[in-house]
Amino acid sequence: MADCSETLRELEAFLDGELTEQTQQSIHAHLGGCVDCFQAFDFHAELRLVITQKCLNDEIPPSLWAKIQQCFGDDLAPGDGDA
Amino acid sequence: MADRGEFAKQATQYAPHLYSAALRLTRNSSDAEDLVQETYLRAYRGYAGFEEGTNLRAWLFRILTNTFINTYRAKQRRPQETELDDVEDLYLYRRLSGLDTAGRSAEDTMFDLFTDGEVKSALEGLPEAFRLPVLLADVEEFSYKEIAEMLEIPIGTVMSRLHRGRKAMQKALVDYATERGLLVSPPSPDTEDTDG
Repeated sequence: MADCSETLRELEAFLDGELTEQTQQSIHAHLGGCVDCFQAFDFHAELRLVITQKCLNDEIPPSLWAKIQQCFGDDLAPGDGDA
Repeated sequence: MADRGEFAKQATQYAPHLYSAALRLTRNSSDAEDLVQETYLRAYRGYAGFEEGTNLRAWLFRILTNTFINTYRAKQRRPQETELDDVEDLYLYRRLSGLDTAGRSAEDTMFDLFTDGEVKSALEGLPEAFRLPVLLADVEEFSYKEIAEMLEIPIGTVMSRLHRGRKAMQKALVDYATERGLLVSPPSPDTEDTDG
């Protein structure tokens, strides 16, 4: 099982799902038993969600929808590009 | 891909993601619209080169980032990759844990703690070399490998830019929270602690 220092060092890659399966499991096992590391993990998982949600809520202007539909011409059936 | 109509339909569903990414990259709606339009024009022209079964979203984002880099980077001064201040690991986490003592749980309030504008600005404020990987990883959830291919940089470079870019973004969020009086400025040798 990973220790605290390895867990914190690998936290980013763990959240990114980029560790080897063995390391991923080893960190996961540590998080299950260490409140301090779990809090740090939970915080960063939450932060990631907040960033994703708040950076993806822009509304496409109608003028852009029109331009996109123009790009595809007749290949885009009416209504396909509507949100 | 079955036919051009199907391709058009599938490609169009990614427009909201492409537009948000374009806004974060160009930082203004007029350039963002142009960038998305150009991306779709290139995608449509390159339709024949798109291999069925490969990831359409990754392909579109590759076109978007290449178009951005080639069109907009030329307009701007080349960013200095070393211009980010180094910030300690877990910076935001350690600073925000102070809020718990005021009876607030950082985990429960993080969504409400920062406005949409603050989170967007924190990302948009990153130098381009860092903004691209952070956007592609944290907002679009592409893998290191996909990001490395899109930006044509080694995976190790993706990882180090993500690490430094994320920390710089956290620093910006701490600064916003401090400006709004949510956090007390940390004691530091060259700034006076004005809040008690």
